[in-house]
Amino acid sequence: MRELLTGNEAVARGAYEYGITVAAAYPGTPSTEILENIAPYDEIYAEWSPNEKVALEVALGAAFAGARSLAAMKHVGLNVAADPMFTSAYTGVNGAFIIVTADDPGMHSSQDEQDNRYYAKFAKIPMLEPSDSQECKEFVGEAVSISEEFDTPVILRLTTRISHSKSLVELGTRENVSMRPYRRNAHKYVTTPGNARVLRVRLEERLKKLKEYSEKSPLNHIEWGDKMIGIITSGIAYQYAREVMGDSASYLKLGMTYPLPDELIKEFASQVEEVYVVEELEPYLEEHLKALGIKCHGKDLIPIVGELNPEIVARGFLGKEPETIKVSIKPAARPPLMCPGCPHRGVFFALSGKDAVITGDIGCYTLGSQEPLSAMDTTICMGASVSNGHGFQKAFEKNGINKKVFSVIGDSTFFHSGMTGLLDIAYNKGNSTLIILDNRITAMTGQQENPGTGYTLKGEPTFQADLAKICNAMGIERVREVNSLDLEQVEAAIDEAMNTTDPMVIIAKAPCALLKREKQPEGKSRIDVDICQQCGLCLQLGCPAIYRDENDNIIIDEYQCNGCTLCQQVCEFDAIETTM
Amino acid sequence: MSSTKSILLVGVGGQGTILASRVLTKGLVAAGYDVKMSEIHGMSQRGGSVSTQIRFGEKVYSPIIGRGTADAIVAFEQMEGLRYIDFLKVDGMMVINDYRQPSLPVMIGDAEYPDGIIDELSSKVKTVVFDAADVANSIGNLKVQNIVLLGALIKVIGLENLEWEAIISLEVPPKFKDMNIEAYHKGLELAS
Repeated sequence: MRELLTGNEAVARGAYEYGITVAAAYPGTPSTEILENIAPYDEIYAEWSPNEKVALEVALGAAFAGARSLAAMKHVGLNVAADPMFTSAYTGVNGAFIIVTADDPGMHSSQDEQDNRYYAKFAKIPMLEPSDSQECKEFVGEAVSISEEFDTPVILRLTTRISHSKSLVELGTRENVSMRPYRRNAHKYVTTPGNARVLRVRLEERLKKLKEYSEKSPLNHIEWGDKMIGIITSGIAYQYAREVMGDSASYLKLGMTYPLPDELIKEFASQVEEVYVVEELEPYLEEHLKALGIKCHGKDLIPIVGELNPEIVARGFLGKEPETIKVSIKPAARPPLMCPGCPHRGVFFALSGKDAVITGDIGCYTLGSQEPLSAMDTTICMGASVSNGHGFQKAFEKNGINKKVFSVIGDSTFFHSGMTGLLDIAYNKGNSTLIILDNRITAMTGQQENPGTGYTLKGEPTFQADLAKICNAMGIERVREVNSLDLEQVEAAIDEAMNTTDPMVIIAKAPCALLKREKQPEGKSRIDVDICQQCGLCLQLGCPAIYRDENDNIIIDEYQCNGCTLCQQVCEFDAIETTM
Repeated sequence: MSSTKSILLVGVGGQGTILASRVLTKGLVAAGYDVKMSEIHGMSQRGGSVSTQIRFGEKVYSPIIGRGTADAIVAFEQMEGLRYIDFLKVDGMMVINDYRQPSLPVMIGDAEYPDGIIDELSSKVKTVVFDAADVANSIGNLKVQNIVLLGALIKVIGLENLEWEAIISLEVPPKFKDMNIEAYHKGLELAS
């Protein structure tokens, strides 16, 4: 049976068909749906781990035990998990172990554009790159056999376009495999220097064998067309190259991009007139070809920045601009924004007028950096708000500057990697204030469970980690819990923070406006145009439901409004009424 | 390559573009085409600009397209139609929902919602224009405006002979089935 699946859904299907029994991840666009689609299979234990390092270690532990396992994450998630990943190349595995990295060329929903193909080379771990959903599924199977045959982790690299686009997949049945026997083997699994030095040598021996495998594997194959142009490519770039050049070129399609098949590459290059490398982001393949002494075109024709598409490839090869329709008016920008009724909005509104530095984090609340709220100074990576803020505060203190520092972080991100930063603040006598925006869910990636929500990925009830108690246990005594939708409470807590020299945590709590299982406001707010003074203060909330109509009256769109009442609370003329 | 058709659905998050795309792709797969589909959206869950690209034919390579290559665009919102016009082939066709949703810069007074979008687009390409929200409301539910637009698209690309009623019935909740089928037929009529 054939079904139209996204690459992520196909990876999940592969995990099922090829006998994986343990899978772990932390949600991150574009990788999130892999675990979401594994979760319904009863045959597979699947969890949201608090962060990617934990996820990778859980899956690695399961592989050591003898089970086939998988850990999935977005590209920057692999930075978090890099520490155990590098050493897993030394220990090898027992049951198969697959690390999925979903890179985000074009930064659709990411803070950087790193090309994780270099991680494979850096960590000396074989890497496979599927180019459509069918391959996403099949390559899970290939990765499983490589992992078990060569005793190594295998990286499966997807990109946003592979993860999120749909193409047809032929479904198969599950291969039930029993666990490999586990035996204690400290020389293999305990990487004290004495053991690691032996493993280091074995790692190089394994790479030699993998290189031979890469030469012969059908994962790397030639598709002959016109031999004037020879294109070497991998992943989604293969599809763009084929789309644009059709049979007017020959292709070396690389499905295994580490280790690379040098002999096959040389053979292909020798049979075509000119060699072109079509790859997204970095010149990973091009550098390798040049090191082999092969003359080729690559980044001189195909940009190094951003996501590719057929138009860009056509411009690179054929030098032609597409014919488009020209219009004389321009659309206004439509930037992403916090949803109507979002509980983060009031906190940023309260912060926006304060003389303070606000360090931010990764989540929906990163949008608090945008106009009109503009209440954020930094955003680096998961968890960085807390430790960044501590650094700001220590620098101010040491240099005699009296300036308050706030850090804002979501509940899920706090569990991910904010906790260690908070411990640092408490232990090293910092006095910044951390605001945990607790909306009871991992919202930005589309509502995944986290240790605060009380449910596992499989939907089983579990306990809810208590944020206030965690903060207390870390040594923070001044902890205030407020309702995010009650501006008076929020402002009182922020004022307390402005005036204290203690380290402080404000837990601003209200459910994500899209979260169905929690009680939501159920009203509609309305502006009385006779009372409204047109001051525009309510517009400063940046709520998508409030806008100026053609007659210049400020109105509230009743379809979008959920009656959170923040606009009513900020209105100084009592012009807004909310009916329940 | 030339037999491959490319379609764009563009709108604002929350308007139902994804459901419409799903119905469309299911119908195309059932009809035996090779199909690829790609959703392109940014960070926000609601209110941001979203687009879906659908490609079908005998053999499809790329799941996305470049500018100037779409055979048809369905704009669920006027300004989004304007934003994506340069993806349309010069002889392509556009279905436009006569509906305006201001974006944040417009709401806070930093930008103006442009006037005359529909006139401008209609002077450059072949268009089918109607107020899908109005039509949907007359059927009894604003939410079926996406299927009204889908019906119009199906007429425009000449695929009305596929089993759309059956596909729609499978993809929408049973109690909204009749409304959605009515919406589909209204869309067909409006594009005729």
